[in-house]
Amino acid sequence: MLLLAFDTATAAITVALHDGSHVLEERTVIDGRRHGELLGPGIAHVLATAGASASDLTGIAVGVGPGPFTGLRVGLMTARAMADALSIPVTGICTLDIVAAAVVSADPFLVATDARRREVYWATYDASGVRTEGPHVDRPVDVDWTGPAYGAGALMYRETFVSARRPDLPEAGVLARMVAAGTAGGVAELPVEPLYLRRPDAVEPAARKAVTPV
Amino acid sequence: MSDGALVLGIETSCDETGVGIVRGTTLLANAVASSVEEHARFGGVVPEVASRAHLDAMVPAIRRALDDASVTWRDVDAIAVTAGPGLAGALLVGVAAAKAYSIALGKPLYGVNHLSAHVAVDVLEHGPLPEPCVALLVSGGHSSLLLVSDLTRDVRPLGATVDDAAGEAFDKVARVLGLPFPGGPHIDRVAGDGDAALVSFPRGKADDGTLDFSFSGLKTAVARWVEARERAGLPIPVADVAASFQEAVVDVLTTKAIVACRSHGVDYLLIGGGVAANSRLRALAEQRCAAAGIRLRVPRPGLCTDNGAMVAALGALLVEAGRPASSLDLPADSSLPITEVLV
Repeated sequence: MLLLAFDTATAAITVALHDGSHVLEERTVIDGRRHGELLGPGIAHVLATAGASASDLTGIAVGVGPGPFTGLRVGLMTARAMADALSIPVTGICTLDIVAAAVVSADPFLVATDARRREVYWATYDASGVRTEGPHVDRPVDVDWTGPAYGAGALMYRETFVSARRPDLPEAGVLARMVAAGTAGGVAELPVEPLYLRRPDAVEPAARKAVTPV
Repeated sequence: MSDGALVLGIETSCDETGVGIVRGTTLLANAVASSVEEHARFGGVVPEVASRAHLDAMVPAIRRALDDASVTWRDVDAIAVTAGPGLAGALLVGVAAAKAYSIALGKPLYGVNHLSAHVAVDVLEHGPLPEPCVALLVSGGHSSLLLVSDLTRDVRPLGATVDDAAGEAFDKVARVLGLPFPGGPHIDRVAGDGDAALVSFPRGKADDGTLDFSFSGLKTAVARWVEARERAGLPIPVADVAASFQEAVVDVLTTKAIVACRSHGVDYLLIGGGVAANSRLRALAEQRCAAAGIRLRVPRPGLCTDNGAMVAALGALLVEAGRPASSLDLPADSSLPITEVLV
């Protein structure tokens, strides 16, 4: 087994390679504006460092968001195209679940990431890490939660999420381990569809305005 | 082998998801999925709607193109993709797909200029490009005159619109006349029954001595004329207004294109871009080029609008010219300058 995992739904462009028992390579770059430039080289890097070729891959795991649309689509398009090219399966995982999988908590907890526009993408989990609500997108003050909170979105709005702490961003190594363990490990597999959670900003035009002064 | 490199081209700069396949200068497949209907109710292309549609249309378009060309990925020598100019988020989907196929299959990647690709597509229909030539590129996003000395490395801007693109003016005037989006084909259709001499609308920048265009004032002049009629309680002669507007656009486009050829001593004019599908532009360009002794080349309408075959055609020329492939950190550049044929 050789699983390629990546997530581009946050400021992290994170890529990992897993052989079925271990994470062989992992590479993460933080740059919320250059997902399109950094993901391809990241994939090429982990393959080359592991001495593997793309044709050796047996599967792909991708974070399907929610996340800012432009970066999110880079990951989804890459996953779909590589899976098509290599005729291998691709598994989608909620990006908030990847952050949650790195959390150790004795209590139920919340994970939030930055949704821009002064909002967060968020979900809640029970103490065993199973998602109990979400994902949603809201203003921090509209999220009714007082327990432990994790993720970059919680860390950005400490006045609301007073107990916010790391991990802040998803790690592809964690994603790879989740998918390598499979649904037997309690992983919620999702279709390879982006979790946009927002409609496109577009309004139907009103009646045309006259150009001639009345 | 005389038939050249087998190149798959990907185009996502606006609302068309295009995947084309060529072998050298031979067109093998041209699969296009358009999201235009999703934009119609907004009266223009909504970038986020276009980007979402590209993500869903890409893999099916790739499969359809391979199928139509009766080739497999094994046969493909290189992948070309539009790197810009265009809508940033839309470009990025195509670039991500091209990189993913390139990495997965070990195929070289060529990030190319959308405008140069509009010129390159003509080799599929009319054979090798005569160089130098002047290219008039007119679409919803661009209105440019280019001097093409070597399409793979030397393309220079001679002039461009200073405000609206020609295709944009068609869309806006269509709206004034109550015609659907996109306006180009509808204006062309209704203008066929109209009197182009009914109103002499302004020819922006016609005599300013530059090779630039301006269509914003024309659009406003049409709106004023229509509003004046409405306020006077008179009916709007839609066909005549459409024809008069269209005549103003194509008059100034063809006039300046011929000036560009003459002032650079060039005998060939090539017209590309979505507006090159306009029947009156094609007819008037033919007539004026014949009178001026200039040879005219215009691809058939299906190759003028955005498509993947044009990207593949330029890719094949770049492979043929021995140009180096792009690197995997190739950016999508929404304002890629025309002078950069290959990124």
